[in-house]
Amino acid sequence: MQFWIIQGLNSLSLGGLLFLLSSGFSLIFGLMRLANLTHGAFFMLGTYFAATAMRAYDGLNIWVAALGAGIAVAAVGGLFERLVLTRLKANPLGQVLVTLGMSFIISDACLMFWGGDSIPVPTPPNLQSPTRVFGFVFPTYRLVLVGCAIATAILLYFLIERTRLGAMIRAGVDDRQMARAVGIPVSNLFTLVFCLGAGIAGAGGVLGGPVLSAYPGLDADMLPLALIVVILGGIGSLLGAFIGSFIIGIIYTFGTALFPELAYIILFLPMIFVIAFRPQGLFGRVST
Amino acid sequence: MKWIGVALVAGSLLLPPLFAGDFYINLASQILIAAIFALSLNLLVGFGGMTSLGHASYLGVGAYISALLTSRYGFGHGAAALLSIVGTTAMAAFFGVIALRASGLGFLMITLALSQVLWGLAYRMSNVTNGDNGIAGLTRPAPFGISLDSPISFYWFALIVATFALVMMATFVSSAFGSSLKGVRDQPRRMAALGFNPWLIRWITFVYAGFWGGVAGLLYVYYHKYMHPTSLSTTSSAEALLGVIAGGSGTLGGPAVGAALVVLLKNYVSAYLERWNMLLGLVFLFIVLVTPTGIVPGVSRLTTRLRGGER
Repeated sequence: MQFWIIQGLNSLSLGGLLFLLSSGFSLIFGLMRLANLTHGAFFMLGTYFAATAMRAYDGLNIWVAALGAGIAVAAVGGLFERLVLTRLKANPLGQVLVTLGMSFIISDACLMFWGGDSIPVPTPPNLQSPTRVFGFVFPTYRLVLVGCAIATAILLYFLIERTRLGAMIRAGVDDRQMARAVGIPVSNLFTLVFCLGAGIAGAGGVLGGPVLSAYPGLDADMLPLALIVVILGGIGSLLGAFIGSFIIGIIYTFGTALFPELAYIILFLPMIFVIAFRPQGLFGRVST
Repeated sequence: MKWIGVALVAGSLLLPPLFAGDFYINLASQILIAAIFALSLNLLVGFGGMTSLGHASYLGVGAYISALLTSRYGFGHGAAALLSIVGTTAMAAFFGVIALRASGLGFLMITLALSQVLWGLAYRMSNVTNGDNGIAGLTRPAPFGISLDSPISFYWFALIVATFALVMMATFVSSAFGSSLKGVRDQPRRMAALGFNPWLIRWITFVYAGFWGGVAGLLYVYYHKYMHPTSLSTTSSAEALLGVIAGGSGTLGGPAVGAALVVLLKNYVSAYLERWNMLLGLVFLFIVLVTPTGIVPGVSRLTTRLRGGER
């Protein structure tokens, strides 16, 4: 029983992390029709920023680190979008290739600056003591992580569904040309959404740090999970990313715990299943 | 003009063994392997309009099957090669069914996810693949009793296979089926209205490309006599895709030229610094931003202009 509950919690916290990663990916894809393959690298960059900052300033608050790294990664993403992606507006394939190239550059630069050893990100001291719920002992930080993901999901939901900015983004997703015609600055929206997505990924990387720690190849480990989440949940759908993240979190955690060697195959079964019967994903509106 | 070009290429392929040292002969063999691999990917990317980011799956799995069968299960090279090609083609048939549920970016993401899953599997199933340590101590086959252990004999072997592969793929593309493939790439709905089955045409091409990817994988493992999960990585897929795009996707010879450039760049850069991935990324940015149609179409446009031609 203990095993199931602890693994269940682990899968929820992984699901939370995956949501922080894939919600931005999904937003960017929905608005820009761009498969941003740099997303795993943005996540890793966040983790490395936090690891370095928290090593340099002992006792730095992880929330401050997440905010700072999120802004820094958002700036990197914004520059990349403005300087490179906007030049390739009419060339969706070129855009994907450029994001792939950028992911190689970032991951190699991380290897160059931070070396090949993994750098731990400390768990915040006030969250280190375990929490007892119904007589079971939980690592508090993982509970907080799930809370963060849910809070992010609610914030994003309000941003997209309840604000003027969100309405403009939705208009851009549904019909880009009409949105332009009625005076919505779609190009600026692209940059904004790209920054937002990159920033959430960067902050997610920081929050995932105490669980995953920063190591070379983190990007290559996270990107396929994000891809599988959005393929499963439906590309461009926030709800899909949310549900998909927790499904994949559960499957991956229990798969790794029960059949360590086959975890990757188990991971890809739900994806095949969904693609076979519902190619647009569980909550996708359009198939790509 | 065309024949001069063919003669030049043939000369440059036949001459190296006569005077070059082992280093350059080995380099030439690597180029031939990369060329077969890039040409097979070009069937999808250039002629089928299906941009796959997971083509390393076929190279890697083809190579792994042969490596495992010969080193662990005592298979002979002939049987291992046959099983590896059959296995790789069967996998392509299965992956094709999955990936072709989508098109465009969805296709790209599914192929990438599938290949990343295989890559993770190769790393983690260490009791089968030996994980990060890789499989060492492999041997090269000796077809008809001729040992391929010397660089020159391997080069001839690779050249024969590459020539055969090029002829086979050129025939495929220029056949009636190839025309229908290009039709499906450009006008899938009209082709469907004409009674063609776009899905089936794409799927057959996908399987055929997987088959040649597996052949490239066999040559790859014979050449290196060593197998590591990195050959399944995104970097490996991306190198081939860079070759295709740099050389000019949808042209017959372009990807071979592009693959040669990638291999040369990788070898020369690796001799001086370790930052191959970063350079690969920068080259990607450069190619996409500066010469989006590729080097071979770019050069042929230039020569047409120099000769005062129209167009």
